[in-house]
Amino acid sequence: MIEVRDLTKRFGDRVAVDHLSFTVEPGRVTGFLGPNGAGKSTTMRLILGLDHPHSGTATINGKPYSELAAPLRTVGALLEAKSVHSGRSARNHLLFLAQTQGLPRKRVDEVLELVGLQPVANKRAGSFSLGMGQRLGIAAAMLGNPQILLLDEPVNGLDPEGVLWIRNLMKALATEGRTILVSSHLMNEMAVTADHLIVIGRGRLITEASTADVIAQSSDKSVLVRTPDAAKLTELITAAGGTVKPGGNGTNGQPGPGESTAGLLSVTGIDAPKIGELAASGSVVLHELTPQASLEEAFLELTSDSVEFGRRGPDPVGATLGSAR
Amino acid sequence: MTTTAPAAPAQVPSLPDAGHRPSFGNIMAAEWTKIRSVRSTVWTIIAFTVVTIGFTALITWLTESNWYGPHAAARDASYLSDPIGTILGVGIFLGQLVIGVLGVLVISTEYSTGVIRSSLLAVPRRLHMLAAKVLVFTILLFVVTEIVCFCSFFVGSAILHAHVPVSLGDHNVVRAVIGGGLYLTVIGIWALAIGALIRHSAGAIATALGALFLLPIIGPLLPDSWGAHINAYLPEQAGSTIAHTNQAASQLLSAWQGFGVLCVWAAVLLVAAAVLLRKRDA
Repeated sequence: MIEVRDLTKRFGDRVAVDHLSFTVEPGRVTGFLGPNGAGKSTTMRLILGLDHPHSGTATINGKPYSELAAPLRTVGALLEAKSVHSGRSARNHLLFLAQTQGLPRKRVDEVLELVGLQPVANKRAGSFSLGMGQRLGIAAAMLGNPQILLLDEPVNGLDPEGVLWIRNLMKALATEGRTILVSSHLMNEMAVTADHLIVIGRGRLITEASTADVIAQSSDKSVLVRTPDAAKLTELITAAGGTVKPGGNGTNGQPGPGESTAGLLSVTGIDAPKIGELAASGSVVLHELTPQASLEEAFLELTSDSVEFGRRGPDPVGATLGSAR
Repeated sequence: MTTTAPAAPAQVPSLPDAGHRPSFGNIMAAEWTKIRSVRSTVWTIIAFTVVTIGFTALITWLTESNWYGPHAAARDASYLSDPIGTILGVGIFLGQLVIGVLGVLVISTEYSTGVIRSSLLAVPRRLHMLAAKVLVFTILLFVVTEIVCFCSFFVGSAILHAHVPVSLGDHNVVRAVIGGGLYLTVIGIWALAIGALIRHSAGAIATALGALFLLPIIGPLLPDSWGAHINAYLPEQAGSTIAHTNQAASQLLSAWQGFGVLCVWAAVLLVAAAVLLRKRDA
């Protein structure tokens, strides 16, 4: 179990992590979500003792990372920043890590086999592709067969096969009862991987809930409707208290590239069953009725006021916290 | 080249419980693996060996073949008063350049490649990691530099044998040859400390080589006896006294005093590096 309590980290004037508290429970994949610069990597580095916090604590099974007797046997970590010497072979990288923990030499071969890197074990790590590099990182993380795993953006830059491999590995490890914290700025990836979500923005906690709840929380769910009789349906919906905009399948219900928007409406304020009932009552034909709520939308909504690079001004995160709940 | 692993990963092989906490010896074994498994270490040590023994042979051979040249009298005086300093001097002076670079790289590449993060995740007690690295590097340097200094001595003294007969049994000769290795070893550790403080290869190498080669040139430019006094306590000037058979009358520090001054330099920088290693974010 990972416990973060009131953790704060400043770099000069910039507050990277701001009184952050959360708990990561075993037996499930916990997604650590936030826009770029939200403080995800810094929080992970604080948990792992690489950075020192200004205040607050981060503990692993009740102890700070630096007090773990054989840390790699307790925690495995895959950092986003590279942490392998490009001139050293995969085998020697894993060997020195194994030696620090007093692990037997054959353990290196076991984890190389686990990630499928045995054929290139003696090649320089600098010659590895991105995907092979990630596999080496996973091998290093699994070296001590740890019960706790921290993975920082593990699917970044991977091809679909690599993404699927990491996703399945994380799920399998969580099923074995391990504690898994995986950070990402890709909402859709988290939607299919994580059971539980911790969402942060500007270093502060925005929400912590199950993935399903975060999606359901989305207060601005829109419904995409296609009808040959847009004018009449618009009238019915507006009368019932809904809002109608021209719709599309693109981002936020806007028309996607090259998409026909004829008869396409984006409805907010009332849900899909109600729209169906309204259409039936007015004898309007519907060709399509699709609720648009997704994790992506919920995430954009949650973090819209806390994007680090994009807008400046008084910190609006507090306001978001209130409205998100 | 592509590798494929099954989309559904195999079970992670289980691991027997650790009987004991990893020891300092485990960390030293890991540091040895790190040092020996990068090509730069191997190449720098080969370069050091070739440069030091090569220049000793070259200089002594040039001296031998021009023995009756125009500067014979002055040269004879220096050879007779300090045969080891003249035989080994040039080789050590150039060899320390390579050792200094190696010392810096042993730690600065951990930062430039990001390995420091892997290292500190495995050994979060940072001073244990630094101590193990320094100890392993010291042993490696001591063995390599002593072998090279003795080889240089045997090559150089054999070439000059007809004119400058010198053997290990002569006064201070063993101390000066062993001293050459000790001097180079401590210079390597001193450079490692600079690498740990600066954390950037280029900046740390420039600082270390600047301190070794430029400061002794700037020192004598200072007025009165300031220059002489400051110069005597510079790492290169003070430390290398131990690799000479006899002292010049003008020298302020004895061989062991000078070597002690270099050790203090190295120790102070190492302590500073240790404090910052604990304090700074990795």
